[in-house]
Amino acid sequence: MANLDIVKPENLVYTKTKVLTDATMHYCPGCGHGTAHRIVAEVIDEMGIQDQTIGIAPVGCSVLAYNYFDVDFEEAAHGRAPALATAAKRLNPDLFVFTYQGDGDLAAIGTAETIHACNRGENITMIFINNGIYGMTGGQMAPTTLIGMKSQTTPRGRNIERNGYPLRITELLATLPGTYFVSRQSVHTAAAVRKAKAAIRQGFENQKLKKGVSFIEICSSCNSGWKMTPVQANKWMEENMFPNYPIGDIKVDGKLVESVDINRIVVDHPLSVVK
Amino acid sequence: MAFKGQIVIDIDRCKGCGLCVEACPMHVIELSKHVNGKGYNYSEATGDGCIGCASCAMVCPDGVISVYKVKC
Repeated sequence: MANLDIVKPENLVYTKTKVLTDATMHYCPGCGHGTAHRIVAEVIDEMGIQDQTIGIAPVGCSVLAYNYFDVDFEEAAHGRAPALATAAKRLNPDLFVFTYQGDGDLAAIGTAETIHACNRGENITMIFINNGIYGMTGGQMAPTTLIGMKSQTTPRGRNIERNGYPLRITELLATLPGTYFVSRQSVHTAAAVRKAKAAIRQGFENQKLKKGVSFIEICSSCNSGWKMTPVQANKWMEENMFPNYPIGDIKVDGKLVESVDINRIVVDHPLSVVK
Repeated sequence: MAFKGQIVIDIDRCKGCGLCVEACPMHVIELSKHVNGKGYNYSEATGDGCIGCASCAMVCPDGVISVYKVKC
């Protein structure tokens, strides 16, 4: 069965990039964080900026991101990664600085830092992983939790009257003048991964232009938090998250994409049930 | 022109999430009946229909898949 004569160095078309360390990631099987880490690392590798990059790790599932990237890293206090990235970039304007944060970090406790860093137009790249839940602490409701979505703290589903609306922080940030490139991507299929990688590449390239924040949201599944298998979670994400968090570029070259309705919010989308 | 491929999976680091099984357009990846050191049913290549498209490697969260490809 195996074509072992094909397995030769000259035939290699894809393997894990050297910018990721060989450490086994602590993420749950099927977690989107691993894929997101890998594409960020591949972009750094392809641009040849491994020794000119500073990453800022958040608090949350990806708190140990510095163990997996073979680049310089700083660990920020909860939600404060954009503030630390501001300092790193202002002190080293020629280096590439990126933050890597989840939704509990960026859109909840760190909202102030996020909004002000974007409003100041800091010349950094922000990677935002949105899985609609607090993954690390056991699946509590996050600001990004969908209406009707069950979590540990909303066992009957998120209720608008009691819990308010899902925070679409990416659209919110796109309206600020300091953001130059805003995009929402996903990593649930091979095609989506390639598009997400292209968006991240764009985000890093934009740092050379010094025109403001490049913000890339990556919709990701949290299969343990959502109590599904990895494959089910990706399907559920496609059916239920994408209506509220549509995939695509929102702001390109400092201008909002006209076909995107940034005020759109879906309140009556019935969530599908996994059997 | 057709391509022939072969994937090599680092079974010790595979967590058996099954995303590559779902992503494979040729359906030549399956989860093994055996488990690795961590107790996961790791994925393995079956059959010889691989075309080296690297879709499995693209979706693999742990980056355990290397893809080799030749023209034939």
